[in-house]
Parts: sequence; structure tokens; C-alpha cells
Amino acid sequence: MRDNGDAPSAAMECDVAVVGGGPAGIAAATRAAEHGARVIVLDQGLAPGGQIWRHHDPRHLPRAARRWMERCERSGARWLSEAAVVDGATERGLAVVRRDAAFRVYPRAVVIATGARELFLPFPGWTLPNVMGMGGAQALIKGGADVSGRRVVVAGSGPLVLPVAAAMARGGATLVAVAEQAPLRSVAGFATALWAHPSKLAQAAHYRGAFARRSYHCGTWVLRADGDGRVQQVTLTDGRGRRRVEACDLLCCSFGLVPNTELATLLGCTVVDGTVRTDSVQRTSVPNVFCAGEPTGVGGEQAALVEGEIAGLAASGHEDAARAVSLQRARDDWKRFSTRLASAFHPREELLTLADGDTIVCRCEDVRYHRLNAAWSVRQAKMYTRIGMGPCQGAVCGAACQVLFGWERGTVRPPLGAPRVEAWMETSAQERPSSATA
Amino acid sequence: MPPRVEILVDGQRVLVHEGTPLVVALFDAGVRGYRTSVSGEPRAPICGMGICFECRVTVDGTSQRRSCLLPCVAGMIVETAAGGRDREG
Repeated sequence: MRDNGDAPSAAMECDVAVVGGGPAGIAAATRAAEHGARVIVLDQGLAPGGQIWRHHDPRHLPRAARRWMERCERSGARWLSEAAVVDGATERGLAVVRRDAAFRVYPRAVVIATGARELFLPFPGWTLPNVMGMGGAQALIKGGADVSGRRVVVAGSGPLVLPVAAAMARGGATLVAVAEQAPLRSVAGFATALWAHPSKLAQAAHYRGAFARRSYHCGTWVLRADGDGRVQQVTLTDGRGRRRVEACDLLCCSFGLVPNTELATLLGCTVVDGTVRTDSVQRTSVPNVFCAGEPTGVGGEQAALVEGEIAGLAASGHEDAARAVSLQRARDDWKRFSTRLASAFHPREELLTLADGDTIVCRCEDVRYHRLNAAWSVRQAKMYTRIGMGPCQGAVCGAACQVLFGWERGTVRPPLGAPRVEAWMETSAQERPSSATA
Repeated sequence: MPPRVEILVDGQRVLVHEGTPLVVALFDAGVRGYRTSVSGEPRAPICGMGICFECRVTVDGTSQRRSCLLPCVAGMIVETAAGGRDREG
């Protein structure tokens, strides 16, 4: 799909603004535009597809992804890449920063399809260069990075372990170890449950086949990473006193996904247990604001697509079509899948005690573990240490502290995503005095 | 594939397909410290998708640009912490 937004004017009106360009956003935009709605997709990425359909060569995409992207292009939805929504309110529209320009979009309805990010848990050495998330490493490979000849350890949790290991093997990396922290019985139980979703099972077998000669160890996790200016070795354990020290150039480590709910929170949507609450047509608690995909609960590509379809139909005023039994049933099926996913790959207790006193928890402000007190509130922690107050605004450490200390996520304040001050001020200056949105 | 273009990374010429995410070009060029943290540590990206802010570099004189959100264009001048130029603002 081509970026077809050459020169956005200072204010753009549309029927539906879709925020996020992964499967959920693509499906929502497509269904809404096919029904005649004027649709604008605001996507922070360089090209359509989000994380899962990120690619540097369309031939690498699964057929279903290509079909959706082509259909979206035909639908007439207007696509704006590199467009970050930095602020918004239903009556004030969405403030957008794109490259060096700032503008506002006034939609009648919004579909939030902001996806998810990885859960990182601090351990000694996790701030060394070349320690990255599994999804982060996959993003580099999908972006065309050359991993050939690199010695790689993949040690994390969840459905990303297999595809990342497979991508590394295909890219010519030497897989030193592939580890899943969840115990074998959880993973086996999850695999059994996959029989209900044959496409997922086939996918798992395909990924596993790509590194068939390397063992995949369940119940194994990282203890620490060491190196001089970059990761050079990783220590893994199986929790039964056995430790493996492996030399490597790249460690891919993360522990599942966290829904991106910042925009939903900013727009005033009800968020419970880290997920955006929606009704049967993906409507949030705020009128004319819909949500689809990972922000409603991590469920993967298929769940995102069907939720996107429902949201796109409802947001463009076709609620009857959104209530179609086939769509509703498919969505509910995938929701059950997401519940299984969460319980199978729940982070084990031992992961909560990996950090030592000197381990950095907040990477933006370099706040070390020993400075934090589990008894504090998030507010106190921020006040005393500046944790979560750097440019990432707690996107990384906030989720970690929730797991480590049970802290609630901090408040969300505009602007989102630390835009340049000039651009942020420009979006404010363009604000209309009267309300223009439904 | 798009044509190859030349960018400058800490004064070194790097050939890269036009439009490649800058973070990928820097990874392939072997950059280790993209930025220097507030306590002086070298840092490199962990998320690859605009969340972590660890891939910040100086591009064409503007500091704090997330290299994962920038496509490579011909003549781009990039300075990383490894080049000893960039400091946390």
C-alpha cells in the first residue's frame, strides 16, 4: 500500500480516523471505507502492516496479509505513514505529528488500533547493547537487517519465541539456545488447545521446523547477561540448579505483550486490568470511540482482524453488519484463544527476582533497583526517583513495575510519544475554538 | 528492492537500500552505542518500534531522533554515541 497522504492540511475532516496500521487498523479502515466512509489511517510506522506484517519485501508476507493490504488500498482509505497521534479528545479532534509537520484530524468516529508492546523484565545486564526484545529483533530482521553469522540466544516467553528463532535461523544466525520460561506442561497444554485453531498449529510447526536441529527448552530462563560494552555471554537456568553460560552476540528476551492503551486512556475510555473495555461492536465507554486488536486483550493477528472488521463497520454507522453472527462468533472464539495464551505463558515467580540492587529498572532515567521501594505508590516513586518520567513515559518500566511491585500504571498525559516541542505547540495552536466532532 | 543510497554514520559511508529503517542500517553497520544514557552507559534499541527511545541518534544535526521511525534517505548524516558526539540532552 502506498502512503497516499502527500500534504495534509492543518485540519482534516473525515468520518473515521483509524489509529494504528496493523491488522486491526487495516481491517477497520477497509470495512469502513468499503461502506463509503471517508477514512484516514494514522500510523506511526514507515509502511502499512504494523509489527506483525512489517516487511521490507512484500514477497515475504503471508498471502492473507497481502490480500488485506491490497483490499485496503482499493477501499479508498487514506493512509498516512509516520503519523503519530500525540493528543486527542473527542471534541477537539486528534493532534498529529508527521515528519516535521503538525496537523489536526477531526473525525466523526475513532478506531483505536494501537497494538501492543513487549513486556521487558529487568535482569543484570539487560541494558547492554545487543540485548533486545524478541519482537525488537524481529522488527530488525523484517526491516532487512543482516543477522548472518551472529550467535543468538532467544530466551523469553510466549508465541514470539518460535517465529523469532525461526527468523534468526533463516537469516543465517547461529542459534546458541532457544528457551521458553513457561514450564513444559503449560506449553504442551497450550499446544494441545491449538487443535481448535489449526492455522495456528500449522504456523507453530512451520516455525519449529526452521530450526529443527536446535533444541527448544521449556522451563528455562535468563539469569544475567554480561559483556564489555555489549552482550558477550548469557547465563540461563532451568531452576533446578543447572546453569548454562553461553557466548553470544545477540540476546532476544521479552516476556509477552502489553496492550498499548495510552491513547484510549487519554480519550477517556474505560481501561480495566490493562485492557480497553468494549461492547459487542467494539465500542468503548466513550461515544464514537471504538477499539480493536491487542488493546482489548492480546489475542494475535486473527483476533485483531475480526475485531477490526467489526469496529470499522460499527464506526462507519453499519452496526447491523457489525453484529453479523459470523463476525461475532469468530471474535469470541479468538478471545478464548487469548485467555489461554495469557495463562500458558504467565511469567514465573523467579523472573520477579532477577534484578539485583544495581540493575537499572528505568532505562530513560537510569533508576536502579535498590532505589525503589515496593511499598511506594507510583506517584511517590516518580517523585523520589524520576522513574518513568523520561521520554518513553514508563512504556517499558511501567509494565515491569506493575509485574514486580504491583504498581498501577501511572497517569497518561499529553503529548504522547515525546514529539518535538515545536510540532507539539503547532498542534495546539491549530486547535479550533468550537467543537467540531460528534 | 529500492535503489541503494549512501548515508554517513559517524563520518563513515554506509550503503543502504533507500527507505530502510535507519535503526536497521545502524545495526548492520555494527553500531553498539546508539545513545549514551544519563549515567553514561552506551545503549541500543530493545523494541524496534518507537516505544523504548533507546535508538535515539542525531540526524542531520537534530538530536534525539528515534532511528527506528526514520527511513534512510540519500545523504543523511547520522551521529551516534559510539561516535562520541551525542550526549543526552
